[in-house]
Amino acid sequence: MTIREVHQGRLRTPFYSRLAALDTVNTWHEWKGYTSAEELYCAETEYFAIRNATAVFDLTPMTKYRITGPDALPYIDRLVTRDMTKVKPGRVAYAVWCDDQGQVIDDGTIFHLRDGEYRLCSQERHFAWLNAAAIGFDVTITEETADIAALAVQGPTSFSILSRMGLGGLAELKLFDLTHVDFEGVELMVSRTGFTGDLGYELWIAPEKAEVLWDKLFAAGKVTGIRAIGTHALEVARIEAGLIAVYEEFLPVDETVRTGRSRSPLELGLGWLVDFKKVNFNGRRALADEKRRGSTWRLVKLDIEGNKAAHHSYIYAKEKGNKKEIGFITSAVWSPVCKQNIALGTVKTPHGKVGDNVWVEIYYQREMHWSRVMAKATVVDKPFWFPPRRSATPPGPY
Amino acid sequence: MTDSYDVIVVGAGHNGLVCSALLAKAGKKVLVLEANDRVGGAAVTREFADGYSVSACAHLLYQLQPSVCKDLGLKPKLATKDMQTIALSDNGKHVRYSGVDVNGVNDSDTQNYRAFHKRMARYADLLNTYLNKTPPRLGTTDFKDLSTLARLGLDIRRLGKEDMREFLRLIGMNIHDELNERFENPLLKGALSFDAVLGTHLGPRSPGTIMTYLYRLAGDHGRLAIPQGGMGSISDSLATLARDAGVTIRTGIPVGRIVVENGRVGGVETTAGEHFESLTVVSNADPKRTIMDLVGARHVETGFTRRIDHIRMRGNAAKLHLALDGLPQIDGLTEEDFAERLVIAPDEHYVERAFNPAKYGECSPQPIIELTFPSFRDESLAPTGQHVLSAVLQYAPYQLAGGWKDEAKDAFRDTAINVIARYMPDIASRVVASELLTPADIEREFHITGGHWHHGELSLDQFLFVRPVCGAAQYRMPLDGLYLCGAGAHPGGGVSGAAGRNAARTILRRERAA
Repeated sequence: MTIREVHQGRLRTPFYSRLAALDTVNTWHEWKGYTSAEELYCAETEYFAIRNATAVFDLTPMTKYRITGPDALPYIDRLVTRDMTKVKPGRVAYAVWCDDQGQVIDDGTIFHLRDGEYRLCSQERHFAWLNAAAIGFDVTITEETADIAALAVQGPTSFSILSRMGLGGLAELKLFDLTHVDFEGVELMVSRTGFTGDLGYELWIAPEKAEVLWDKLFAAGKVTGIRAIGTHALEVARIEAGLIAVYEEFLPVDETVRTGRSRSPLELGLGWLVDFKKVNFNGRRALADEKRRGSTWRLVKLDIEGNKAAHHSYIYAKEKGNKKEIGFITSAVWSPVCKQNIALGTVKTPHGKVGDNVWVEIYYQREMHWSRVMAKATVVDKPFWFPPRRSATPPGPY
Repeated sequence: MTDSYDVIVVGAGHNGLVCSALLAKAGKKVLVLEANDRVGGAAVTREFADGYSVSACAHLLYQLQPSVCKDLGLKPKLATKDMQTIALSDNGKHVRYSGVDVNGVNDSDTQNYRAFHKRMARYADLLNTYLNKTPPRLGTTDFKDLSTLARLGLDIRRLGKEDMREFLRLIGMNIHDELNERFENPLLKGALSFDAVLGTHLGPRSPGTIMTYLYRLAGDHGRLAIPQGGMGSISDSLATLARDAGVTIRTGIPVGRIVVENGRVGGVETTAGEHFESLTVVSNADPKRTIMDLVGARHVETGFTRRIDHIRMRGNAAKLHLALDGLPQIDGLTEEDFAERLVIAPDEHYVERAFNPAKYGECSPQPIIELTFPSFRDESLAPTGQHVLSAVLQYAPYQLAGGWKDEAKDAFRDTAINVIARYMPDIASRVVASELLTPADIEREFHITGGHWHHGELSLDQFLFVRPVCGAAQYRMPLDGLYLCGAGAHPGGGVSGAAGRNAARTILRRERAA
């Protein structure tokens, strides 16, 4: 047996040449086997492109599966907790899927591309689970991560730029709609989806057309401002939008060893995605039981006093005299657009009801020395950043 | 118009009959639907050639639970009981054993066998207690589960320090090593190896074959009997008892699917489209057929279907039936010995070698064979002066490379007859008619997935708390109203009735609790 020399420790996406040309800081990390930029010039500047202009993020490494076959719908409907019979062709559904104990494996988006033809996108790989779920169903599941180049085009001017590029039909495209358009003789799929909580789209195309797509996009964006961004900027926008992320707000249950370290959808604020009217789906029995009994954990969105980001902080019920913490922060950031110190966290029930006050123990360092502050925080209901333009149809021109 | 019942039992195997009779005795309105034209499942007697009948699948009775007989008033009529096992030698110096006694071996083996059997019987008694109990769930706070579990721990501890240590050493071990530590005589080692692997996809050097040996001993210490009229008479008696208790039994009606409505069982639909309503459906079919074929994966959850799909249940035992114009000659046996159980497994290596090809989808060129002449004490099975031979042949893998075509079957039958002829030289000339049932035939005829007569391999990972799969070991499937009562549930195969009885008790207990 011969061992083939490894040419590349990390794969490069079809957009690599364009990203590398823009890159000035050389901070790349590994994302599911691909190299992915953390930032390209400055994370703050990139962040403001999301909120004030248009940001372009290469999401090719996002895991993608194609699900087809006569049983595709019943298969997906059992897989996830929400009712997929309501998701018509041309629609996208955010969904979460669980094991038999009702614990979250992952969340992701399911694109109903055409009648009976679906694409499931998630952060993590799930081929083994998807295949196990296929036992007894007439479906075909194909890993197509490398077969599709994908870009997120997010920000208030994104609609204008894509229209200027000549992509038709976007004005009618509602939030979570998708459409197929012709681009240079190949099919380009455009979905009105994203991870920023803002107006934005995602573009999906064959890898051979990736570079030309990028070039046309950036040419069209020249007037209104367009910037390639890395994962740091996206992370800020993600927290502002109140969106949960795997390995931040939850662990895939199959990655946990200790009991109680996984989360159910009900514990992640995703109760609205769990449709008990469906007679069966993975985790239904356990979740129905949890609903009766009450959950252990609750996801909270926190508006925290002060300006010190509450990374990794414990959460307490009172300012003083606490015997034990009630939870901890999972994601925290100073929100430039909201001018708020915001965080997502997980607390034990019955704590953390909307409107409750909790206390966050923040440690911070000034010139090597550590200080500690107990900051008052309020549990809020809505995402911190939730602009009307996110869902306005047709989107306004900018 | 559909008929409505308290309980519908799918399949009239002996466990289904036991379960239905016990439920009817408790006042339930019970319907049993059987696909075949007669009751009994794999415990049937049927004619395989004009005038010759035989127990078509299971042919020796050794595990029928006294608790089942007592609860139902079943009094089996036996043609032969307390049978010896005779390990055949080609030089006529056969070895015989029954209970603690062994003949034809040296003094050391005789003494060691006595000690071996006593100890094994003691462990088997421990096991036997649990065959009649619903296995406890692990990790619950349910009082009954905890007390059964505590009792199990206590019972193991009460074996005494030395025996407990030995029990824990042996339970996962292979029979080959243990036999070679104790015995010298190859025939004895061969026959005991055979006892441990009978009906499994295991060789004597496979781990867990002490456990399968204990399982065999658990019923009455391995005492063997043949019912008068063949195994079908047990099923017929059970059916009569069930009908007397008010059970409606309908044969020749295959169930096409178990109807699921609003996330729970609502009844069954036959392949002919007939509907029967019931909020409780008990399946006597194997777990794979029950879940994957009758219920459908979409009505249960993924982790569960994955576990069900992974149940190892590929049969490896074939059944050979010969109609004979008279008893064959066997060197070194008296005529009375035809009432006993004869075994062809000349040494422990022979048994393992027989298993080797089966791992790769081939039949044993030198199979191990268990032979009985049921007609010897039961004239109802063959014309006067003539006889039937009922044999179990191993190994004949379910997934035979190339498939079980007619040529493959003929070749394996000839192989077996040639091996038998080594001990009974005139056997071939006495054959009037023959029938070979491969695992594929057993699957087709008795509707057992993989033709595995235990409805799933008996091994530590598919036993007790995890039979058929973890999370569903208490007869109750993770679909409201659905229960399992066949050999695929705890404790496993063999004509014992334990699974059927335990299932009925579980259903009644749940109802009382509700």
